[in-house]
Amino acid sequence: MANYYSDIPELRFHLNNPLMERICQLKERDYRDKDEFDYAPQDYQDALDSYDKVLEITGEITADVIAANAEGVDEEGPHCANGRVEYASGTKQNLDAMVKAGLNGMTMPRRFGGLNFPITPYTMCAEIVAAADAGFGNIWSLQDCIETLYEFGNEDQHSRFIPRICAGETMSMDLTEPDAGSDLQSVMLKATFDEANNCWRLNGVKRFITNGDADLHLVLARSEEGTRDGRGLSMFIYDKRDGGVNVRRIENKLGIHGSPTCELVYKNAKAELCGERKLGLIKYVMALMNGARLGIAAQSVGLSQAAYNEALAYAKERKQFGKAIIEFPAVYDMLASIKAKLDAGRALLYQTARYVDIYKALDDISRERKLTPEERKEQKKYAKLADSFTPLAKGMNSEYANQNAYDCIQVHGGSGFMMEYACQRIYRDARITSIYEGTTQLQTVAAIRYVTNGSYAATLHEYEAIPCAPEFEGLLNRVKEMTSKFEACTNMVKEAQNQELHDFVARRLMEMAAVNVMSHLLIQDATRAPELFAKSARIYVNYAESEIEKHFNFIRKFQADELSDYRN
Amino acid sequence: MSLKIIVLAKQVPDTRNVGKDAMTAEGTVNRSALPAIFNPEDLNALEQALRLKDAHPGSTVTLLTMGPGRAAEIIREGLYRGADNGYLLTDRAFAGADTLATSYALATAIRKIGDYDIILGGRQAIDGDTAQVGPQVAEKLGLPQVTYAEEILNVDETGRKITVKRHIDGGVETVEAPLPLVITVNGSAAPCRPRNAKLVMKYKYALGKQERPAELPHAGLYEQRPYLNIQEWSVTDVNGDLSQCGLAGSPTKVKAIQNIVFQAKESKTLTGSDADIENLMVELLANHTIG
Repeated sequence: MANYYSDIPELRFHLNNPLMERICQLKERDYRDKDEFDYAPQDYQDALDSYDKVLEITGEITADVIAANAEGVDEEGPHCANGRVEYASGTKQNLDAMVKAGLNGMTMPRRFGGLNFPITPYTMCAEIVAAADAGFGNIWSLQDCIETLYEFGNEDQHSRFIPRICAGETMSMDLTEPDAGSDLQSVMLKATFDEANNCWRLNGVKRFITNGDADLHLVLARSEEGTRDGRGLSMFIYDKRDGGVNVRRIENKLGIHGSPTCELVYKNAKAELCGERKLGLIKYVMALMNGARLGIAAQSVGLSQAAYNEALAYAKERKQFGKAIIEFPAVYDMLASIKAKLDAGRALLYQTARYVDIYKALDDISRERKLTPEERKEQKKYAKLADSFTPLAKGMNSEYANQNAYDCIQVHGGSGFMMEYACQRIYRDARITSIYEGTTQLQTVAAIRYVTNGSYAATLHEYEAIPCAPEFEGLLNRVKEMTSKFEACTNMVKEAQNQELHDFVARRLMEMAAVNVMSHLLIQDATRAPELFAKSARIYVNYAESEIEKHFNFIRKFQADELSDYRN
Repeated sequence: MSLKIIVLAKQVPDTRNVGKDAMTAEGTVNRSALPAIFNPEDLNALEQALRLKDAHPGSTVTLLTMGPGRAAEIIREGLYRGADNGYLLTDRAFAGADTLATSYALATAIRKIGDYDIILGGRQAIDGDTAQVGPQVAEKLGLPQVTYAEEILNVDETGRKITVKRHIDGGVETVEAPLPLVITVNGSAAPCRPRNAKLVMKYKYALGKQERPAELPHAGLYEQRPYLNIQEWSVTDVNGDLSQCGLAGSPTKVKAIQNIVFQAKESKTLTGSDADIENLMVELLANHTIG
């Protein structure tokens, strides 16, 4: 029987990363739950074994239920009637299976009914689910909004809401409005305090809200009358049981058909404040978005895996000129490129997830007790790494998912353009990944400060000191050269002291940093598991090197006065 | 109000994914070449049991299986999905049982469990395909039986009766029967729910005696958590009569096994005319395909 986890040995490899030991120790607080909860781990090995087993369940449900329903869900899609969303019938079956398997509230503490899993294995589940149905991936993965409620809500809110999410209720994050997309500072949904009933009331419209008819919503709204920027926004919790929000329509989209994208009308909807007033955008939504970006990175890797599976199967089976097309260099080049980008992007995804895990676990511990000076240092280090890696993981993986889906159709030739092959769905579903939760252009905005302040360069130099197997030393030296070119470009741009030029080449600099990071990660992975990653490490460094040369040449030769040619 | 439910389940070779090594040279099933799985229709039966447990809080679901030590896996799989406990009938004396000896063994174990309202099992196992064990258990225990069940519609605990939808040729029928009883569940019933994450973590160390390695990981847990010890019963434990168990209690004898190879013959095209249909009928009757 197919299993979307155990069929992909690369996933188990990433689960067994050495950093997991520290993550588990922090997340499990030295395994203190073991006497109170019968499903809590006894020690590190036990925890790792539990993650492995739960991933296997996820892989099995994904194969047996979600993958089997994917085509039907894509065709049927959700419907909107009387202000409510009705999921496609396959989506309902998918949700039912995930809830029965207890795969909700995965990262929440056990006292609320959660599994207390680190972000890393949870992210693996998100990747697995998305490989079969990226749209369903959204509905299921939005459970991670509960992280933000857990981080910033009060204890009373924890006890009322978190157990419901652990029991399988769904969530949404209501941010975007017709006039506030990338620019969330312009959010106008109005929040007013209702003195008589001692609650907040929300009025206005939200648009493009994924899973907008969810049970619990986190809503960004303007609580400070007369303000016009981000400092007037607060975050609210809206509970569907209280009523007051209706779905006006659901969008007709290019892809992710199973995921309802809603226009919501708030009519005096009762809501409660989450955290403090005025910190809605600047603190809470930033945290929410960072989690969501990691989720989209996982979804993108899932789509890349799906693209690879489909392309590989077709190329082996399809015969032309008397042989399978996979034997032609023009075709195997495409397949090798998909696989290398998949392996590189996945390495980046889980490295980021591990960084997030360490700093978030330490953050959580700091709410229970004062951190030691060493722990504070560790927290700071990993928080910075997580912040700098998240836009790379989201930006690069979403672009790779699109490139891989494109190549997947190309491998299929004319058949790939027909609706009966899965590759067209992967292609349509991938398209949104580089747009929502911040476009690649906005990931660049988030990443560029770590280019100019030297963070990426410092990490790359640290990676250079990690020993690799002798057979990869040649590759490592090439990556060192590539890093020098990245630093040279960064310096050229900094020295020019031209903000417009800086913004103009930012994407290229971000990509240079990213491909260098991924080259290192693949060399490290290939050192530990050459049977899985040696080929991809070599192929990816070939690719990354040519990307570096391309950007290096462009930036080196570009003159600031050429910008006027580009301006429309 | 709660129900005591027993689910009969069997570990079987996965005959649905048969490779070239599936049969031995002697024509018997090569069990080592086929993965051992939970008999599919027994999973359908387990789902019906778990639904009853959901609808009648306080109910218990007990798995009962017979097999070698490794068949404890069936109990674990049941626990992972929401069963409360299980018993593995395991003894050399049970080996080689046909349906009669199997149902005898199961019936003695059920008598030992004692308190039950509903006994559920799959219609048949994919290795033998006899569909005899469930009905035989009912006979041995003197219980009514409902076969080919697709869905349990209702259990009236005070009136001690159950309403079951069963699959029949060309449709379904709804029947009512008194408790206690035996129900065999058809493969067309609802599929079994997936393994539950928390239950898997809770029960993953549950082992039968025979499965325990010399160096048992987390050995201390087995005393603290009695549910990690999967109960094994021998012939003596269930007060079984040796002459009715295993090979000794099995009147079925395999005389010979023959490989059948379907040979494609040339195809014929028939029109819909009365003459053609009549000729076909005559031919099929003559070669005993029908009649």
